[in-house]
Amino acid sequence: MYVAVKGGERAIDNAHGLMAEDRRGDPEVAELTIPQIREQMKLAVDRVMTEGSVFDRDLAALAIKQARGDLIEAAFLIRAYRTTLTRFGASLPVDTGKMKIDRRISAAFKDIPGGQVLGPTFDYTHRLLDFKLAAEGGEAPMALPVDADGETAPHVLDLLAAEGLVETPGMANDDAAPADITREAPEYPMDREARLQSLARGDEGYLLALAYSTQRGYGRTHPFAGEIRLGRVSVEFMPEELGFPVEIGEIELTECNMINQFKGSKAMPPQFTRGYGVAFGHGERKAMAMALVDRSLRSEELGEEITAPAQDQEFVLSHCDNVQATGFLEHLKLPHYVDFQSELELVRRMRGEAAE
Amino acid sequence: MSNNQGDPAIAARQRWMGALATAPGSRLKAMWDALDGIPPYQMLRAPETGLIMTRGRVGGAGAAFNIGEMTVTRCSVRLPDGTVGHAYLAGRDKAQAERAAVLDALLQRSETAAAIQEQIIQPLLDERAVRDRSRAAKVAATKVDFFTMVRGED
Repeated sequence: MYVAVKGGERAIDNAHGLMAEDRRGDPEVAELTIPQIREQMKLAVDRVMTEGSVFDRDLAALAIKQARGDLIEAAFLIRAYRTTLTRFGASLPVDTGKMKIDRRISAAFKDIPGGQVLGPTFDYTHRLLDFKLAAEGGEAPMALPVDADGETAPHVLDLLAAEGLVETPGMANDDAAPADITREAPEYPMDREARLQSLARGDEGYLLALAYSTQRGYGRTHPFAGEIRLGRVSVEFMPEELGFPVEIGEIELTECNMINQFKGSKAMPPQFTRGYGVAFGHGERKAMAMALVDRSLRSEELGEEITAPAQDQEFVLSHCDNVQATGFLEHLKLPHYVDFQSELELVRRMRGEAAE
Repeated sequence: MSNNQGDPAIAARQRWMGALATAPGSRLKAMWDALDGIPPYQMLRAPETGLIMTRGRVGGAGAAFNIGEMTVTRCSVRLPDGTVGHAYLAGRDKAQAERAAVLDALLQRSETAAAIQEQIIQPLLDERAVRDRSRAAKVAATKVDFFTMVRGED
């Protein structure tokens, strides 16, 4: 049955007008600026950069303002914007071992070269609402500096990998470009590099729930936080016209190396295995969850029995993108009058037949 | 900087291009405005914003994989004597990309290089080191000082 769907245009325009008025809120209250969001809503900005999969703080802040603070909608705006830009190429792999450290902790090893550096963290706070923040116009807080000893902070696990007790992260072989899920349709099983790219832009809440499920016994990972680090890394790019790499800037990254018990297989002696997570900006929960899910998705490679959702590549990876998921979920809001009409007819007919 | 093939000319250029790319936009503008005698130049490639796919490594040290993209702006210019300057910098600041490309060209000419090194590149490198040290000092204050309690068992 044909159902006319014209006639919504004026209503749509007016709905967007109403949304714009509501987005601004009470005009007596000062309007939010992009620098305010960038500076004071940093972790929201970082999450939008990670899940929007573009590192650009001002763009993410604008997206948050436009999306009225809906971070998935903001990530959607970033994903849409990125399709309008040319890709110049790929960077050299960033060296997180040379990160300018803002935070670096290990829950597995107490005494590590470079030390346990807490950095700007919510850990150890009491999670009590601080009503002093409700008062505006106070002096900006100043952190206490001390003389930095200039000690470098090598990756903790590399120190142990030398003993063979923890697996090495594999060879840094750069002969072939890694798979790119933004250019090639996913095929399962997916290699680890493509899996990590999917997880890196995956929804934090979804990965958190999956990681939690592995901790509770659905595909046990038995993890230790081998190392979590946050800081700035230099990004280098090799333009064709130059023929040598140049530094194009610094980006902030959070990185997590989890270590997990492994009882060994025919090919490998008992040792600790690793899961890896990384996020743009400060995204510790994301990086940790990603590391657990990465390890969980290595079940097949490591000869472990696959019994839980978090070990199932296709299940995990094809549902981790919140922009895709939102698109399919929210399309249910669009007119389905014809589909519903046909199902209604069907139900009527079945009821009629059942009554005869 | 990786891979400079030991060529001092390339190493020098990597050093100044990195300094220009990581300069705060307002700071480079102030330095540019204070600079005398910027020659006319021809735009070979007008400032253009695009993306670079940022790569990391599995476990921080293994095979390369794609983390996500970042915005980058590039520009290329030519001076009247034919010297070509390029710029690639993170973000979307087209004016900064243009300034960096012109400075890259001027830094390749012996008659202008020394002054720009002295007035712009060295100060930018020094200021970056100061910013890094200032941050590192605040971070260092959060380093844990473990001490072991005497245990009471024996």
